[in-house]
Amino acid sequence: MIEVENLTKKFGKLVALNNVSLSLKNGQSISLIGPNGSGKTTFIKSLLGLVVADKGTIVFDGTNIVGNSDYRSKIGYMPQIGRFPENIRIEQLFDMIRDIRKSHGLKEDHELIETYGLDKMKDKTMRTLSGGTRQKVSACLAFLFNPPVIILDEPTAGLDPLSAEQLKEKILAEKNKGKLILITSHILSDLDEITSEVIYMQDGDLLFHKSIDELRNDTGEEKLARAIASVMKKNAALVN
Amino acid sequence: MGKISKYVILDLIRNRIVLSYLVVLLAISFSLFNLDSNPVKGILGLLNISLLIVPLVSIIFGTIYYYNSAEFIELLLTMPIKRKQIIISVYAGLAVALSVAVLLGMGIPILIYSPNATGLTLLIVSIALTWVFVSIAMLASVLTRDKAKGIGVVILLWLYFGLIYDGLLLLILFTFSDYPMEKSMVALSALNPIDLGRIYILLQLDISAIMGYTGAIYRDFLGSSIGMVFAFAMLFVWIIIPLLLCIRRFNRKDI
Repeated sequence: MIEVENLTKKFGKLVALNNVSLSLKNGQSISLIGPNGSGKTTFIKSLLGLVVADKGTIVFDGTNIVGNSDYRSKIGYMPQIGRFPENIRIEQLFDMIRDIRKSHGLKEDHELIETYGLDKMKDKTMRTLSGGTRQKVSACLAFLFNPPVIILDEPTAGLDPLSAEQLKEKILAEKNKGKLILITSHILSDLDEITSEVIYMQDGDLLFHKSIDELRNDTGEEKLARAIASVMKKNAALVN
Repeated sequence: MGKISKYVILDLIRNRIVLSYLVVLLAISFSLFNLDSNPVKGILGLLNISLLIVPLVSIIFGTIYYYNSAEFIELLLTMPIKRKQIIISVYAGLAVALSVAVLLGMGIPILIYSPNATGLTLLIVSIALTWVFVSIAMLASVLTRDKAKGIGVVILLWLYFGLIYDGLLLLILFTFSDYPMEKSMVALSALNPIDLGRIYILLQLDISAIMGYTGAIYRDFLGSSIGMVFAFAMLFVWIIIPLLLCIRRFNRKDI
């Protein structure tokens, strides 16, 4: 679905992405893990066309994404911080996105909207919503149009435990429908049950891209958090 | 393109700052017209509002709105829509919303007290200046990443166009007073949209000779009607050029 080759991006002297090559396939739920400043966000932004890479190519479903905007109709994106125009209502926001995606009349996925009860508060303006509710609106927008690829940036960070759990169930359900799901998160325990592949990045380098079973075998740890911790320790030992 | 503009406008017509702007404009306009029985004096008072307050509000509000919408613009950029369309829509939405505030806030009092060509000219210039300064605000916001820095830059720009530029012009005039300066003065005043607005209105009022040097030159040099066409065309250029530069930068920007 997504083929990334030799992707390199520098911000001044800082190398945010260093020759990253990856292949992401449908029906996988992929966790993007790494310390702060490791290039995770830059990688996601490159996929979304927010950041233009210095070198390398990204081929999405057979088309190169450079100078292309149509491919983004196949991506649902939930940003880390959801901020919307203050005085428009939830319903108006959804209508606006429908207008932009030209998706009126297409089949929509309202499951998450109903789970979160947003349909009952659709006349509230964005200004009056709490941070967590705005986060729920972001999540609903990412799933609303049934996109084959869903990218979630720290999705559970602002959510209460119940809502986070409901979101995880939704992610798992969509993955099982054959969608490609890419998640970044520092809360590894959240990723445990929903991950099928792990991408680990550090200082702009792709350290590994493995299935979760492979990672468990290699490290001998059952929990993702412990497995990653053991990888990080090993790396630190190598550097010293 | 109209799709995003529509919702920007929907958002802005319920924005408290835009509503206060409308109310303040109404209050100032009514009180200026009521100060003197001669509506021309009211128009002259409004001229200063239109040349200083309208640019100030447009440039600062435009900048703040852009920065406050940064996360939302980022989300829009992840949709299947071209960058150019997004930035033009946000610009158009902002400019239309602020123009409506001017149209109502200054237009209603003008319609009541001075419903003539002069009043209409003043209104047109105020709206043109709104579009010019929102355009400059967008360019400044796209060029600077930091909000505080961006707002500082636009305040400096407003000071420059509104106050400092005229001082510089006078300085040049005195320094080179031995030379014929008319042609260069026409050119130099075209470099400041506020000057252009002033000249446009003064040519219409036909009192340009007593209202500043550049106005008199425009009248002598170009004649009223050609001068007005020239001033208006230059104002239009002042809308287009910053907007084009803004689009160009925005298209290549890493978000």
